[in-house]
Amino acid sequence: MIVNQFLILGAAVFALGVYGVLSRRNAVMVLLSVELMLGAVNLNLVVFDRAFRDELAAGQIFSLFVIAIAAAEVGIGLAIILLIFRNRSSANVDELDLMKL
Amino acid sequence: MSFGDWIGQLENWVFAVLAFGTLAGAILVVHSRNVIHAALGLVLTLGSLAGLFLLLGAEFVAWTLVMVYIGAVIVLFLFGIMITRAPLGYEIDLSHPTSVKVTAAIVAGSLFALIGWAFLDAFEAVEFAAVDGPTRTADIGISMFTNYVIPFEVMSFLLLAALIGGIVLARQDPEEADE
Amino acid sequence: MLTFLATNANQLILATEELGEINDGGLLASLAWLIPVVPMVAAFAIVFFGRRLPHKGWELAMGAMGFVGLYGILLAFATMNGEITYEGAISMGEFGPIVLEWGWMVDGLSSMMYFVVGVVGSLVFIYAKSYMAGDIRFTWFFASFSLFAGGMLVLVAAPNLIQLIVGWELVGVASYLLIGHYWEDHDNSSAAIKAFLVNKVADVGLFLGVIIIGTTAGTFRFSEILAQVAAGENDLLKKFAFLGGLALFIAAMGKSAQFPLHVWLPDAMAGPTPVSALMHAATMVTAGVYLLGRTFPLYFVEGYAVDVRPIIMIVGALTLFLTGLIALVQTDLKKVLAYSTLSQLGYMVAAMGAGAYTAALFHLFTHAFFKGLLFLAAGSVIHSVHSNEMTDMGGLRKYMPTTYKTFVIGSLALAGIFPLAGFWSKDEILVAFGKASGGAANFALYLGIAGAFITALYMSRAVYLTFFGEFKGHGTPHESPKMITVPLVVLAGFSLVAGLINMPGFSSWFTELTAVRFTVMGDYHPKAINFGMAAAGLSAALLGILIGYVLWSKDAETQAARDKFRIPLLYPLLERKYYIDDLYMDGIVRPLRGPVARAVDWFNGHVIDLFVNGAGALAKFVGKYVYRFDQSGLDSAIIASAAATGAGGSVLRLLQSGRVQQYAVMIFAGTVVLVAGFIIF
Repeated sequence: MIVNQFLILGAAVFALGVYGVLSRRNAVMVLLSVELMLGAVNLNLVVFDRAFRDELAAGQIFSLFVIAIAAAEVGIGLAIILLIFRNRSSANVDELDLMKL
Repeated sequence: MSFGDWIGQLENWVFAVLAFGTLAGAILVVHSRNVIHAALGLVLTLGSLAGLFLLLGAEFVAWTLVMVYIGAVIVLFLFGIMITRAPLGYEIDLSHPTSVKVTAAIVAGSLFALIGWAFLDAFEAVEFAAVDGPTRTADIGISMFTNYVIPFEVMSFLLLAALIGGIVLARQDPEEADE
Repeated sequence: MLTFLATNANQLILATEELGEINDGGLLASLAWLIPVVPMVAAFAIVFFGRRLPHKGWELAMGAMGFVGLYGILLAFATMNGEITYEGAISMGEFGPIVLEWGWMVDGLSSMMYFVVGVVGSLVFIYAKSYMAGDIRFTWFFASFSLFAGGMLVLVAAPNLIQLIVGWELVGVASYLLIGHYWEDHDNSSAAIKAFLVNKVADVGLFLGVIIIGTTAGTFRFSEILAQVAAGENDLLKKFAFLGGLALFIAAMGKSAQFPLHVWLPDAMAGPTPVSALMHAATMVTAGVYLLGRTFPLYFVEGYAVDVRPIIMIVGALTLFLTGLIALVQTDLKKVLAYSTLSQLGYMVAAMGAGAYTAALFHLFTHAFFKGLLFLAAGSVIHSVHSNEMTDMGGLRKYMPTTYKTFVIGSLALAGIFPLAGFWSKDEILVAFGKASGGAANFALYLGIAGAFITALYMSRAVYLTFFGEFKGHGTPHESPKMITVPLVVLAGFSLVAGLINMPGFSSWFTELTAVRFTVMGDYHPKAINFGMAAAGLSAALLGILIGYVLWSKDAETQAARDKFRIPLLYPLLERKYYIDDLYMDGIVRPLRGPVARAVDWFNGHVIDLFVNGAGALAKFVGKYVYRFDQSGLDSAIIASAAATGAGGSVLRLLQSGRVQQYAVMIFAGTVVLVAGFIIF
């Protein structure tokens, strides 16, 4: 196994996640795509950890942190989406253009 | 390393299967017109990622990923999908029209090309250093609670903040409910 | 870098090349991991592609089940001839002393279960194609059906306790999906929830048992735990074996529906009939008996959990007697069969308690065939008259000759009439009760003989009310199509001859098959027919049929006139199922539901709100001071810079569309350009 095969796979998943974030209208789907990007980052962290034989296993520890952050992010993100849905009865991102005011 | 050598290693076959699963799931997430299928695609991707972690010997991370993501986060997503009453069947306007998709594809494609080129340039055919067996969970624990204990505490505080934030956000305002 | 996963995969491929040794089964056994995997893969494939296939996914389920059936037959004979004991395992991770393993087991016990699940499952799947035709969730049904069978096979294949839990829970989840298949009706979905919850209560026993036994033995593998038991060296395990054994028995009580945790099984009739047939015959309810059989040495070897055995015997005997009585007053044909399953499970469990490992498994084996047959035949009847109630049936002998004949064969086998399958297995259990010593064994023996009488009585009632007399339903019933009758005929054939493979003095094939294991324990198999016990069991059954004939062979118009088993006091007790459901509802569910809900509400209102409101008040307090500072000190500076910003902003605002994703495009595109620039220059 060479290092690059994992890294390229991670890059591909990350790029797919970026594509999803940019092309999805539904806010829940955007969040799903963000999860893809986080997953790709985790893969990179673990691969580098194993490739460089880190004594402190920093890559794995930080990927655990990323998992924890992602869980918090989903919780908050879904709460925000829920609130938006309650107020505007739509979860489409492009209808939320209040930021231009 | 020639392609013949590469294909001769058994773990590369395992990698190929898992990589296929990862990419197929990812494509399902970004491309499916069915909300539930997209969420299941994420399950497939993360399951395959957990498999890759096992292949890399990061067992604790792999099972944490399975438990936290597939166990909890996906359930949260399914709740979110149900509560926002996103139609459970096929829906056309889950994505933007084609013009936006093309822009997105160009940006994402160039990002992939850039990252991929950088990796290829930097690592070429570097192989993994020989490692004796998978990482011990005990080692991760010792490292986390000695060298990385401050990030760990910060993380706990962040989770607490997210917990309170989530309750505040999702809670119906009592005054609003009276109206 | 070679990792554990890859290493194990390599070993797997190496192992397949060692064909020389006969004992580990060679290729046949090392490929047996396919048995649980194929139905599971089929279940997921059906979910994703089933709708597009010409038979809507049925062919995938059928193919998987047929594969398991053929492999099971092959394995059963190979295991018998070669005495194969094989255990495969792939390490999935290590956490200190705990090793997670995925494995598969090939020995006499598991081969027998593969055989039963595969063969009965295939026949039920053939039947279900025709039975479920036109159902709106046809594809989904076969997906969950495959998952159900696959989960059971995971459980059977499990060489360690952890995987056993996985299979155990998979079966539970799949049964929930299947019982609630017609979820539009509220009764059905609450039956599904009831089955799930009762099983969950018992699962606590499973978890406790696995934890107690796994930690005291220091391993989760059956072969290693039982080897320790056989060697008798682990004092820690000895000390906790009673608790662990009792906890595992509670788990078995849940899945195998023993009194008083039996309440879910009759309600599970809400599912489609093929589900009932498979659930009662081969999968799910047999799991508890299988668990007792798998851990049998723990209960058998002196110094371990032997003290649990009287409890097992008493619970089993009570189950077989009390539930048999309830079957006498049921008017729903499927419920009669459901209570009869409970009664037969009581026999199996009590036999395990009496130390008759082979007899219990043999009854499981024969019961799988005739109970599968009875349920499928009942389904054929229900399909034709469109009602479950026996008040809408009667006289079907003329309209449905094949169903009638096969149902009678199944009933006679169940009643234990010589020389059908049930006679041999029930007789062996009764002999085992007689051999075992102690008050509990005598109790089981008397109730066992009484149970044989009751079994014959309620089965003859079902046969007379359904097939004799005048037809009372609407329309004209007709015989079912070939897809339905052929499995009936095949199962009837099995019900006729399955008993012969363990007939004393003729063949001990089954005894030898189930004795092929890593840890073999002493077991009793009669070498010759015990005429006294056979006569007692057979005469009880014949007496039951005779009384049934006297009571129910004459036709009567009203339900009250037809049902002559209306003894005061006893009848209402049986009708209300000993008030156990009411006890659970009034005694446990209702008193708990209110206070728990109120406690949660109070906690939410007082504790959580306190924190949330406190945080809000603090923020408001701080905000007030910040606001004052902001108004007086900062404003003038800000107004000046605002003018400059405003001028710039009027140009840049064209970029600010307010669309988040456009901003994201700019961020990513900007990153790409910047990084590319850094790399190039």
